[in-house]
Amino acid sequence: MRFAVIQFPGSNCDQDCVHALQVLGQEARLVWHQETKIDPEEGVILPGGFSYGDYLRCGAIARFSPIMPAVKAAAERGQVVVGICNGFQILCEAGLLPGALTRNEGLHFRCEKAYLRVETPASPFTSHYVTGETLTIPIAHGEGCYRASPEILQELEAQQRVLFRYCNAEGQVVPEANPNGSSHNIAGICNAQRNVLGMMPHPERCCEVEMGGTDGRGILLGAAGIGRKI
Amino acid sequence: MKAKEFALKLGLTEQEYGTIEKGLGREPNENELGMFSVMWSEHCSYKNTRRELRKFPTTGPAVLVKAGEENAGVVDAGDGLALAYKIESHNHPSAVEPFQGAATGVGGILRDIFTMGARPVAFMDSLRFGRPEAKGEAGKRTRSLIHGVVSGISHYGNCVGVPTVGGELVFDPAYEGNPLVNVFCLGTLRHDQIRRGAAKGVGNPVFYVGAKTGRDGLAGAAFASRDLTEESKADRPAVQVGDPFVGKLLFEACLDLYARPDLVVGVQDMGAAGLTCSTCETASRGGSGIEIELDRVPQRETGMTPYEILLSESQERMLIIVHKGREKELKEIFAKWGLDAAEIGYVTETGKVVVKAGGKVVAAVPARLLADDAPVYEREAKVPAQLAEKQKLDLKKILPDQPKVKEDLLKLAASPATGSRRWVWNQYDHMVGLRTVGKPGSDAAVLRIEKPGGGWVHVAMTLDGNGRWCAQDPREGSKALVAEACRNLACAGAVPLGLTDNLNYGNPHDPEIFWQLREGVEGMADACRFFDLPVTGGNVSLYNQSPAGPIHPTPVVGVVGKVEDGVRLVPGVFGKGGGVILLLGTQDSGGLGASLYLQEIHGVLAGKLGKVDLATEKKLHVLMRGVLKLTGVRSVHDVGEGGILWALAEMTFGEDSAGAEVALACSQGERPEEALFGEGAGRILVEVEEETVTTVEQLAKEAGVGCHQIGKSGGADLQITCGSVKERWGARELRKLFTESLPKALEG
Repeated sequence: MRFAVIQFPGSNCDQDCVHALQVLGQEARLVWHQETKIDPEEGVILPGGFSYGDYLRCGAIARFSPIMPAVKAAAERGQVVVGICNGFQILCEAGLLPGALTRNEGLHFRCEKAYLRVETPASPFTSHYVTGETLTIPIAHGEGCYRASPEILQELEAQQRVLFRYCNAEGQVVPEANPNGSSHNIAGICNAQRNVLGMMPHPERCCEVEMGGTDGRGILLGAAGIGRKI
Repeated sequence: MKAKEFALKLGLTEQEYGTIEKGLGREPNENELGMFSVMWSEHCSYKNTRRELRKFPTTGPAVLVKAGEENAGVVDAGDGLALAYKIESHNHPSAVEPFQGAATGVGGILRDIFTMGARPVAFMDSLRFGRPEAKGEAGKRTRSLIHGVVSGISHYGNCVGVPTVGGELVFDPAYEGNPLVNVFCLGTLRHDQIRRGAAKGVGNPVFYVGAKTGRDGLAGAAFASRDLTEESKADRPAVQVGDPFVGKLLFEACLDLYARPDLVVGVQDMGAAGLTCSTCETASRGGSGIEIELDRVPQRETGMTPYEILLSESQERMLIIVHKGREKELKEIFAKWGLDAAEIGYVTETGKVVVKAGGKVVAAVPARLLADDAPVYEREAKVPAQLAEKQKLDLKKILPDQPKVKEDLLKLAASPATGSRRWVWNQYDHMVGLRTVGKPGSDAAVLRIEKPGGGWVHVAMTLDGNGRWCAQDPREGSKALVAEACRNLACAGAVPLGLTDNLNYGNPHDPEIFWQLREGVEGMADACRFFDLPVTGGNVSLYNQSPAGPIHPTPVVGVVGKVEDGVRLVPGVFGKGGGVILLLGTQDSGGLGASLYLQEIHGVLAGKLGKVDLATEKKLHVLMRGVLKLTGVRSVHDVGEGGILWALAEMTFGEDSAGAEVALACSQGERPEEALFGEGAGRILVEVEEETVTTVEQLAKEAGVGCHQIGKSGGADLQITCGSVKERWGARELRKLFTESLPKALEG
């Protein structure tokens, strides 16, 4: 499958996403934020970084980029859209996902491996996993504390739209395993149609053994519509 | 004010003023004097150290761009791949404004690297502060400096998307009033992508690109060339303010620009001394002149005088000369990235930098006079009067009658001086770019770099400094540093290709300080020659002293190398246990002189480091690289600060590491503390599978290097026997102390 990796000024993980997709046998092209077209059969990736320097608020300016109407249209058509880290922040700012990402509880930027519990295989992005499976995927953010109103949180839970939660090495979702103070230990969510994923951890950083692990492969392969090999 | 009076006020000497007047053939105006005062400052001209720096070996088969030629040195990494790298200090700015001081240090070294045509791929930082756990005001100030510097580096480095992959963090009272912030950057490029900072081709347009010019950082280079005093805070306006977002756009735009064939003639970043430095240096290198009009310089404040525009050190700006007729292409690229690109002048044949404002000439100076003809001084050097006394070491007066090794190691493990640096590197994105192999905190950082034709080259790098060793013996201490850096690379299977140095010293007008510098340079130069290691450039930072006195003499070296084919990279910590632990190299501990042990446990800085045997050291490195090509090697760690016992303890600090049981030699007349905590060079610990032992022994024998079986990994304890000492620690308990000491000291 081909992916359009959107490049905002200040995107940092654009090349990394292209590389990881290629390693997984997928095609990827960089799309400058001032472009306005996304092909109907492409997947879309909003990569990590500091779009527009993250001035004002993370993702707040990127949502006004010329490419964003095309991203919204792609999401509405049911194409997969994956926002990673800053991309997740942009999706929230753009209203494609509910809630917001605020400053980490400890205030520090944190770059380290995180354990994620897969909450449901019912999405393209988690189709490679079983409920309760523990993945090791790195995080690298200063503003990854997921916040939403009680009603939205309830809706996310009721509709099983929380795909990943921070957990400990044993797979337990406990407060100590929460690196940023996110509500309900949320690390990644999807929209009601289940084709838009936002997650703070970086699956593209763990698709090769040399980079320290391969737990991110299933997420990107799932996004590409490739099922799990049994 | 008379011109001469003004010159003296700017810090130029009477003699220097005379040279300027003679060179110009007339009385200089204030703008010109401002330009000379920064270009002839130590920071830009190395006028006090140039004679010494000539002692470094600078050539070698791998050198593509030599020291002093351009903004950074470049070496050949094979397969058409080249590495550009350099270290630079931002000590003074970080002392008065830690966050911006450190952030702009990162931004500055970043520009030096992409100016060369390279894509920046990694940062490392070498940081030195006072003791964070100190009581009262001093401790409070140190903690706030550490927080400021680390978040400044994190802010800039993370935002530009270049990983910070390693470095060092040292706490010593010697840096309490004057912290050291040395920042290193590595970039990669193809041989044919190397860019030069020369203005050539009469009539070619000169562009100013990047951020607008403001009043920040006025004459920062001159500020960096003075002692820090109580009044230094008043120099805050001399500290620049960084914008990493613009820094990121600027380097992406420049890399886009370089990719256009035959477009760029020359490129130079505007760092220290800003517009002044970039125009006169490019003109001087090109053997040409440059004429610019200041009214065309993008400005973010109104009413700036020519003097302010010429000396501003606003960040994220570059000077680019392109071929005439290609202006549109440059403008298009910078417009895409949303950056200013103003044509401010053109290349001339006059040999002069001519500056106009409102059409009137406000400065006209021969480029060479400004860039290259700064005076060179021979400073007086004198052996410090106290040196002999300092180098004496009477262990009987210091050590207790009965060794207390159990307590000693617990104390060492609980000290922020040795504690895990995770608190720091967790705040740096060390993975972005998908090149970082392994985690920070190893002997050397390893990156995989794409080869021009596909596939990977692995590059290893390390930063090493040791003020304690150098304070007690600047010559041997500096040699030991180079040896240690090369040993660190050997632990990653890498052959060193080049070295960049940051010479941090006090005021060079003090003969005792200048002696430290000279000894340091000569020691480093000797070691570099021995390891066939060219010095490809770096930075000199002098006047590192506060009212409390000068810092320890602190040269810091950054060494870059290439991992040999066939090497298997292994961690620096034990795995599940069951391996045999070998000590490669000498069994000589080197004694406790200048050791971390004496300072941390007994509060004494005395004696000196044992002499470094470079010949043995070199053989050890060759052997190490060979051993890493064998199967069955599990982990490797070099013996450095804290000695062999600390090195062993560190090997048990991995997340799932086993403990170890070890017996160490203690020679006749030697105290066990010396054997355990001595910091002598030339030793590496290797953990191998049982079946691999004989192969390693054989290789060591052939290499003429010692190989001693000292124990086994396994169990939950670290157990040692050494002479009369037999002790045991719970590895988990030690690890807890190690993990918690730094966060505890910094966050309470």
